[in-house]
Amino acid sequence: MGSDPSRLWRTATYAVPLAFLALFFAYPLLSILERGLRADGSLASPLGVLTDPLTRDVVWFTFWQALASTALTFAVGLPAAYVLGRFAFRGRSVVRALVVVPFVLPTVVVALAFLAVLPAGLERGWIAILIAHAFFNVAVVVLVVSTFWASLDRRTSEVAATLGAAPARNFREITLPLLAPSLAAASSIVFLFSFTSFGIVLILGGPAYSTIETEIYNQAVRIFDLRAAAILSIVQLICVGVAVWITLKLEAFVVVGAGPRSERDVLRKPRTSRERGLVVGALGLLAVFLGVPLAVLVERSIAVGDGYGLDAYRALARPTSALLATPWEAVWNSLLYAGAATVIAVVIGGLAAFAVANSTGPRALDVLLMLPLGASAVMLGFGFVIAFDRAPIDFRAAPWIVPVVQALVALPFVVRIVAPTLRAIDERQREAAAVLGASPGRVRREIDLPIVGRALAVAAGFAFAISLGEFGATVFLARPDTPTLPVAIFRFLGRPGEINAAQAYALAVVLMALTAASIFAVGRLGVRRGWV
Amino acid sequence: MLRAEEVTVRFGERVALAGATLEVARDEVVAVLGASGSGKSTLLRVIAGLQRPDSGRVLLDGEDLAPVPPHRRGVGLVFQEHVLFHHMDVASNVAFGLRMRGDAGRKIARRVRELLELVGLHGFERRSVATLSGGEQQRVALARALAPEPRVLLLDEPLGSLDRPLRERLLEDLEALFRELRVTALFVTHDQAEAFALGDRVAIMREGRVVQVGTPDELWAHPADTDVARFLGLANVRDGTVVRPEAVTVRHIGAGDGGDGVVESLVRHGPTVRLTVRLDDGSQLDAAVTSLEHPAPGERVSVEIDPAGIVRL
Repeated sequence: MGSDPSRLWRTATYAVPLAFLALFFAYPLLSILERGLRADGSLASPLGVLTDPLTRDVVWFTFWQALASTALTFAVGLPAAYVLGRFAFRGRSVVRALVVVPFVLPTVVVALAFLAVLPAGLERGWIAILIAHAFFNVAVVVLVVSTFWASLDRRTSEVAATLGAAPARNFREITLPLLAPSLAAASSIVFLFSFTSFGIVLILGGPAYSTIETEIYNQAVRIFDLRAAAILSIVQLICVGVAVWITLKLEAFVVVGAGPRSERDVLRKPRTSRERGLVVGALGLLAVFLGVPLAVLVERSIAVGDGYGLDAYRALARPTSALLATPWEAVWNSLLYAGAATVIAVVIGGLAAFAVANSTGPRALDVLLMLPLGASAVMLGFGFVIAFDRAPIDFRAAPWIVPVVQALVALPFVVRIVAPTLRAIDERQREAAAVLGASPGRVRREIDLPIVGRALAVAAGFAFAISLGEFGATVFLARPDTPTLPVAIFRFLGRPGEINAAQAYALAVVLMALTAASIFAVGRLGVRRGWV
Repeated sequence: MLRAEEVTVRFGERVALAGATLEVARDEVVAVLGASGSGKSTLLRVIAGLQRPDSGRVLLDGEDLAPVPPHRRGVGLVFQEHVLFHHMDVASNVAFGLRMRGDAGRKIARRVRELLELVGLHGFERRSVATLSGGEQQRVALARALAPEPRVLLLDEPLGSLDRPLRERLLEDLEALFRELRVTALFVTHDQAEAFALGDRVAIMREGRVVQVGTPDELWAHPADTDVARFLGLANVRDGTVVRPEAVTVRHIGAGDGGDGVVESLVRHGPTVRLTVRLDDGSQLDAAVTSLEHPAPGERVSVEIDPAGIVRL
């Protein structure tokens, strides 16, 4: 049945994504390596940068803030994960859906929310960074752990209890070991996100606190030491590579370890008043932690003197000294870029998902497609700047480069949403269609595509939201006269004065609303479980 | 009409089919009966074109099907777990094969209605298949397979995933349907009752081979070997002979009156009671008793065998 159109299609599914990744991912990365390891045309030791005490401080801070952020995220998320993983109650699925909201918010918006809510003196510094990371990542802990918890057979603990295990002992010796894979997976994901976090650290860290990621930006954009930026990128790449490798190992472990029970058999209504209190308390605290910063952000955007008004929003239509365009033009740019990035990401990612899901395809593609996830947006942006700085591709003269880099950031998410759906299609569905007279191409059109259509739509929504909020790569590449929303917000923050701050808040609210709208549109399509 | 010749399929070390040969005549329903792992499902997949045989061939109306891909074979297949298209409603599922054939819209609609009526699902057109019960899903799967008027209908344990009462009802419906439509069908099952109820002839498969084919009566009267006899539920096999349980008469006798053995156990199967008697020489003999007056376990009995009930293998 290996007819020619089928072979052509199969080749395209991996050849197109591979070509895209080679040009826009491998080539920029190699350019960084070259820039970092060579000076004046010959090999040069990177030791000068590596042994610099500043580098040491930056790497050390990156590590410990990521560890501390992970710990704080668990402290905030675990109680909610427990009640969502053990109890059935009205609104449970709504809670699970709402928890995702901070995670999909652009980091610039999160940073501004904490700038708004934290008391003066605390609003910049390591404490602010940790809290913002916990806010951003708590969804990972709550969803990953509670989903896993809800798959653990309640009777395992009940058996242990009949054998004499007291509740604390039961938790320590039965529940915790069973839960371990999900805890490991969630913590490695949170660690990775905190480690590569850019917007939050750049805005909330102030001049005193810098991670590898923000230091690459400082060296490249503020100090113009491209070689130091390149060497730091290599350090980042190695750290992230190790972390991604561990994450993938752990994820494979989680899939194996997941219990076979369905949630219906495991969850039960809270019975005692203590259990009801636990549910209300854990979710109430989470609601305050997640809700208040966003509410204060909105409040600050409409604060005028002692009262309220829409002055900051009205000012968005007027030219400003902070930008070479009006803020509304930045909104328009963002929508345009994100739309284009979504098309690219869905086409390339969709093809790649077919290749990844096809068991006969090259296995390495799977890993290769996950790499942009780990390579960090700042590194991509920086890589583009040094790789595409002259004809035929000069990033200054090629506005399409912004959607391309945004699509690259969104690509792993698209593949991760679409590929499992494709894999989950029962082979016998295809067989049933074939026996009823559908040719291989027709089977793809009638069976694979409609089933995957919903996943593609969900992926498009996520790709749009990610591109809309993309900051780390875009900040390198967006031209001054065509800023995107996050870039415009950042520029406003760099300017002193009440009105600039108010406009930054207003733009952050607009960005939050647009992101929420695209995710909501996705939610309407009936996505029950997020991609995590 | 349909003929599978010496079909062999290997999965690595495991031999799924070892030269299976089977023939189905026009308008005949052949039931393939075998234990799990006997290769019966693989045989269906080979006929449907979903599995390439390592050797042997499949002929349909004299044409060798080897070069014909599944979508051009014109066979209908009903899977055990229904395998409905969950992204389509009931009508679209049934219409699928008709659309693939290129039928016109109005013709498709008429045929879909006709088939849903036939399987007793009138008015289910716009229902989502996820809302159907197991039995209803099976009916849709059957309607979907029948819609394009396949040359041969293949059914792979179509009732296997349903519970017992439902299975019995669907079995009756299938019987009536087959009689009415005069279909050529190959029906795979591990259930003797299903095979005997539906098959004009029954083929018994073991270890990748068809070991015996015949009408239910022929099989029951002359099982090919001891394994077939045991598989059909003829328990009293020894030294190349089979004693039919219904030919064994068992009588309760008082203490000290001699007798032949002791009743060991007793199980009721519908109208008959099956008694297992431990004979004094240590061997076992099964007897089928229809009377309500039968000996109880532990009681001593005398045994009589009607010579007509002894079959030499």
